[in-house]
Amino acid sequence: MSAADTTTAKVPPTRQSPPPPPVVPRPRGGRRSGGAATPWLLLAPCLLVLALVMGYPLVRLVTLSFQKFGQSQLWGFQPAESVGIDNFTGVLEDGEFWQVVLRTIVFAAGCVILTMVIGMLIALLLQRVSGWVKTLVNIALVASWGMPVIVATTVFKWLFDADYGILNAVLSRLPGVELIGHNWFASGPQGLAVIMLLVVWGAVPFVVITLSAGLTQVPAELEEAARLDGAGAWGVFRYVTLPILKPIIVMLTTLSVIWDMGVFPQVFVMRNGHPEAEFQILTTYSYDRAFVVNDYGQGSAIALITVLLLLGVVAVYMRQMLKIGEVE
Amino acid sequence: MSAVASEASRAGSRSGRRRSKSGWNLLGLLVFAVAGFPVYWMLNTAFKPAKDAIDPDPSVLPTGLTLDNFSRALHIADFWGPVGRSLLVSLAVVAIGVVVGMLAALAISRFAFRGRKVVIVGILAVQMVPLVAMIIPVFLLLNDLNQYDKLSGLIITYLTFILPFTVWTLRGFIVNIPKELEEAAMVDGCSRTGAFVRVVFPLLAPGMVATSVYAFIQAWNEYLYALMLLSQKNQTATVWLSNFSTKHGTEYAPMMAGATMMALPIVALFLLVQRKMAAGLTAGAVKG
Repeated sequence: MSAADTTTAKVPPTRQSPPPPPVVPRPRGGRRSGGAATPWLLLAPCLLVLALVMGYPLVRLVTLSFQKFGQSQLWGFQPAESVGIDNFTGVLEDGEFWQVVLRTIVFAAGCVILTMVIGMLIALLLQRVSGWVKTLVNIALVASWGMPVIVATTVFKWLFDADYGILNAVLSRLPGVELIGHNWFASGPQGLAVIMLLVVWGAVPFVVITLSAGLTQVPAELEEAARLDGAGAWGVFRYVTLPILKPIIVMLTTLSVIWDMGVFPQVFVMRNGHPEAEFQILTTYSYDRAFVVNDYGQGSAIALITVLLLLGVVAVYMRQMLKIGEVE
Repeated sequence: MSAVASEASRAGSRSGRRRSKSGWNLLGLLVFAVAGFPVYWMLNTAFKPAKDAIDPDPSVLPTGLTLDNFSRALHIADFWGPVGRSLLVSLAVVAIGVVVGMLAALAISRFAFRGRKVVIVGILAVQMVPLVAMIIPVFLLLNDLNQYDKLSGLIITYLTFILPFTVWTLRGFIVNIPKELEEAAMVDGCSRTGAFVRVVFPLLAPGMVATSVYAFIQAWNEYLYALMLLSQKNQTATVWLSNFSTKHGTEYAPMMAGATMMALPIVALFLLVQRKMAAGLTAGAVKG
């Protein structure tokens, strides 16, 4: 490697304008000024680690999903044998799997839409309130954003506790509402709605803070001009603010989709480590197949399907990044 | 409601504007109350006497101030062990992540080379793979490497999500430092390394601190891998909290005390860096 370094030593980097004058004495003799190998040397440790802990497992995920891999293969009593696409057909023919897919999509879509709409409304609201209110709201938002997910989940578990939870107690004070002892997690849809609330509560601050930063970029003159031309508040938002914010909104939405499809600890901890069938989403379902049923092959197949489902969204995200020139 | 606002602003009358402003403020306060309530209720429960916590008709305001729940939380299960392990893992991950990430960030922000774009897109794409999907092969990998139930195994694993994040964020900070500064130093006789150490590094330090703190928070908060890759006796702080229950069932007041102890340092750290990080976050540098 060092031989390669010295041979390429004097090649000037292609994009360095203007090159430092050659008359400048180099302090140390054979010092490279930035040969073609330098960036790769700098990248090497990072790529090496990523190849080990990300690349290899990704490949393994794919091969596992085509293998029969259970308890005995895990302990090395039997070699893993290839079973072709059996894992996939097994998963795809399972009626429960399709229910899980549908539930995951509804859940993630609900989370993303609520997060984006509430986030946008709060960001717009923050433009209109007095300074001290803005500070208060920002403190609350940053505190909820910074809360570790596990802490937030246990707090929500406590808020929604059937017997002593504050929510039931407060709601029951309303006339005609009797919720003391109501178990929010007795039914799947209701329980998932609570979990959705938890996810949205944790995700909104990021959206608000990013959109607020974006809103400061919207030129006041443009809004003024639209207003003079007779646009109402909605018109200004729809035809001036929204188009300018569009790149940020696309990015936030794709990120939210990716994050909300990957929700795991919220469901897992909320259901004490054993989500009932009604609570299973793709991530917990894959976990369950692998570590509870001990069918690592099918578990991997489900995880792989999840990743493939997300690929489209990731592509949109990457295109947006390239478009706005973040990746130049 | 926004129509009301525009009406008011068009009318331009001072009192009308003030009235609409106070309406917005009221709404803002409502947002503050709703967003802040879970945090408030955690603190409220943590500091109230345990018997008030299981009052079927709880008072929303604080009822008393006691530290009993904290001492109980510390005694129910070993607290400092998991916290120490979490601290060790997070610090190691940050130290390795920032050094390795820094080198890579330099490569992609200061050098033009063939394959640069591929590397950038690759690092960004790696970020987007949900961690949960990788747990099965990672578990088997560590099992094969004899790293199951070892903190070193967890540290390596955490680098998967810390590294792409640090590379991308540090890159953002580096590209904001004008190249001319380095070039000037090199004209004055610095080597490329010297120019970096003397000129770029001092300017980069605040960004590096922010990135490290954020990476620390992420490692500290991780749950799934900590749960799966370590046994009960080696558990970390997040797993400690999620397992919080006694033989009498879940005691929520001490649990909230435990939650407070875990969250307060993190939220404080978060407050320190969030302003600096918000810009980097827009660039998709963070895993939720």
